[in-house]
Parts: sequence; C-alpha cells; structure tokens
Amino acid sequence: MIKILQYSFYDLVRSRWSFVYFAFYMLLGFSLLFLNNNVSKAIITMMNIIIVLTPMIGTIFGVMYFYNSREFTELLMAQPIRRSTLFFGQYLGISISLSLSLVIGLGVPFVFYGLFQSAEIWNFSMLLLIGSALTFIFVALAMNISLRNENKIKGFGYAILLWLFMAVIYDGLMLILLNGFREYPLDKSVLFFSMLNPIDLSRILILLKLDISALLGHTGAVFQKFFGTNLGLMVSFSVLILWVLIPAYTMIKVAKKKDF
Amino acid sequence: MILIKNIEKKFGVVKVLDGVSLEINSGGLFAILGPNGSGKTTLIKSILGMVLPDKGEIAIDNQTIFNQHLYRNEIDYLPQIAQFPDNISVSELIRMIKNLRDKPTREKELEEIFGLTPFLDKKLGNLSGGTRQKVNILLTFMFDSPMLILDEPTTGLDPVSLLHLKDLIKKEKKRGKTILVTTHIMDFVEEMADEIVFLLEGKVYFRGTLKELMKQTGENDLEHAIAALLTHQHD
Repeated sequence: MIKILQYSFYDLVRSRWSFVYFAFYMLLGFSLLFLNNNVSKAIITMMNIIIVLTPMIGTIFGVMYFYNSREFTELLMAQPIRRSTLFFGQYLGISISLSLSLVIGLGVPFVFYGLFQSAEIWNFSMLLLIGSALTFIFVALAMNISLRNENKIKGFGYAILLWLFMAVIYDGLMLILLNGFREYPLDKSVLFFSMLNPIDLSRILILLKLDISALLGHTGAVFQKFFGTNLGLMVSFSVLILWVLIPAYTMIKVAKKKDF
Repeated sequence: MILIKNIEKKFGVVKVLDGVSLEINSGGLFAILGPNGSGKTTLIKSILGMVLPDKGEIAIDNQTIFNQHLYRNEIDYLPQIAQFPDNISVSELIRMIKNLRDKPTREKELEEIFGLTPFLDKKLGNLSGGTRQKVNILLTFMFDSPMLILDEPTTGLDPVSLLHLKDLIKKEKKRGKTILVTTHIMDFVEEMADEIVFLLEGKVYFRGTLKELMKQTGENDLEHAIAALLTHQHD
C-alpha cells in the first residue's frame, strides 16, 4: 500500500495544481499575518477560509484524480495487488499531499511570524488539524461519488453539489428549521444535525478551542451548553474522526464491487 | 490452464457475456475475435478480476480467481488504452511497476528493441500516443510470466515496432507461454494464432484452429470466413 500511496503522492505533488494550492496558502498566510498584525485575528479569518476551501479542494482533486487516473488504475489492477490496498493507497496519497500543501503553505508564514514564541501555537495547530481532517473527509466523499458514477460530468456535478450543500445550503436549512420550530425544544436535534455536517462540526470545534462564544452561533452555543468546552471538544473531534473513517470505509467497499 | 465456466455479465440492461464457457490449455496463442461489443474485453477483464461476473466460475490452474490477487503475479496484461500519470517519467514508471512484483525483469532489452532509451527521462504526459503504447508493451513484456493477455496490442504502432512486437510474441509463444489476444487485424490473426475463439452476442460462437474455421465456412481467407460466420448466424 505504501508503494501505491507514494505513486499517487508524487504524481500529485508534482502537478501544477498542488503547487498553486500550496502557493495560495502561503500567500494567504503572509498577507493575513502582516496585514492583521494579530495572530488570533488571523487565525479566525483563516478558519473561515479553511473550512470552506479545504472541502472544496478535496472534492475537486478527489474527483479529478479518480477520473484522470482511471486507465492507470486499471493497469495497476492487473498487478498482484488487492483492490482495497490500491484504492486506500490512492486515497491516502491524495489526502496527504493536499494536507501537506495546507500545513506547509500556512505553516511557513506563521513560523516566520514567530509562532513558536506565541501562545497561539495550539490554536493554530488545531486549525491545521481540522483543515487536514476536512481534506481527508471530502477526498473520501469525492471518491465515493466518482466510483459510483461512470459519467465524469455527473460525478463532478454531484461532488460539487455535495460541497455546496454542506458548505452553504446546510446552514440556511438549519436556520429555517430553527426559526420555524422555535416554540419547540430543539437543542438535541440541533446537536444531532450539526454532527451530520463535517463543515459545521469543524467550525464549532475550532471556535470551542478558541473559546470565542460570540462567534459560536446557535449550534455552537448549544454544543457548549450541552457538553461544556472540554467534553464538547472531545465529542466533536471524535465525530469528525468518524466522518473520516466511514466514507473511507464505504469507498473501499464500493471499489471492491465495481467493474473496471 | 484457464477454465471459464458459464460466466454471465450484465451492464445495466445489456447482457455482455451470456454463458461463456471456455477451456484454454497451456501453451499457444489464442485469438479472441468478435464484432465490437461482443464481450471480448469484458471476458479478458473477467479473467484479470477487473470485471466481476454475475454468474459462473473462472479458475486458473484449478484455483478460483474470485477475490484473489496473487494469481496475477503469473499474468502480464497489456491494456487497450495506454494512459499513465502525466507527471512521472518513463523510467520512474518502469521502476514503479517493477516494484510491485518480486520478479526479475528485462526492461533494458525491451527499451532497446523499441527505441525507448531517449525517452526514459521524459514525463509521460509529453509522449505521443505511439510512444506511450511502446511503454505499455514494455511494461507488459518486462516480466517473464507464463501467461500473456494482450488487448488490441497493435494499436498506434508504426510498422517497424509492429514487426518487433510480432517477433516478441512469436518468441514468447515458442517458449511455451499461453497468450490471449483480442484484435481486429485479421492479418495478425492469420500470422500468429494457433486457435480462434469467436465471440458473438456474449457467447462462444466458434472455437477451433484456422483450418477448422476455413473448412467449416468453405472460405479460403480469414476475413471472408468470419463474414460467413456472421451471415450464417442470420440464416
């Protein structure tokens, strides 16, 4: 599996796009830090960008890589490798290379800025961890979608729709729901619904960590009230891990049953 | 020996393989022929475990191949379309595929035969279709496995490379390998094949030697014999 991982990783790392992605984060990091002059504020701005952007890039790269490397995947399938090994290796290759672009791209400007002397290092690490988790989640979701759709355009469309739904539409639906049923005790269902969307969950997780109640929003506030900050952090983090494991598992299952 | 028993495969509503049974003994070149969409590639991919049949059995040397992967150590496969990752070089690709099997290889010899030496450091994305097909052939033939499966091996090759490929296949045949080939080039079949398997509408419609086919159809060249097979079916 390590071999397959390496191939996908090298192939992606050398592509122009992952370089652009890396450069974008580096530029973002430098400009936010030196324009803001305040690490905490920069981290919050960055959070807002990361929780929308990493899922999008994960989705696009996941789908593109799958469809682009289809023939090559077939070639590898004729080699004595298990299907699960092949697809899990590719999955890790894509996710790790994207996560590295994020971590190094943002890490370099922060190190230059003197992050290691700052108390913000844990918050910043949390941000990178969440960004990586979101990458792993959305690459797995994208691979699930592309494995189930022979038609590139359809697969791409569904994947982008999924991202749009989770990044934008979901919040709107929640708001409508909360407003429509405001006479009822909704706390527990809100809690449940926020766990169903990894992007929402990540936002809550980071804000709990940063301990900024003002930005938590309704769902976050419910989370904090229900679990308290520390338990809330642990619960949301565990659910986020589940969000990585379940799509990765179903992706392997679909891959095992697919005809190539 | 490959034993295929009654395999069926449907893609959506289209039944591509409809009860194919075939026994292929070791040694010799078997040409799998048939019109477009007759199930040639599906049959080949079923043997490789890339397509999973709905029904039936496939066994190689008395071992089922379903859910197995190690048996592919003994098979070299040349896919129809030569498409590789764009951002790695030819030599890296060779190393990478070599790495997946613990076997001696002979890529140097093949690099020379097909004139690939000047391309070794080039990225695969920058190669022409024909050169990519040569890389494809090299990747297939560099292992010395007892079974070869070639899906349209002649696509995109220039005449000289085609000659080299034929020589290569003949040599492997002499060494007692089992070779399965799908092709639409009848000259190739006439020159190389020991036996013909003719697929039509998902079934084995004819199986036998060239001579037997000519005798059965009363024709004296392969193209007409095949045409006769097809028209006979409509009578």
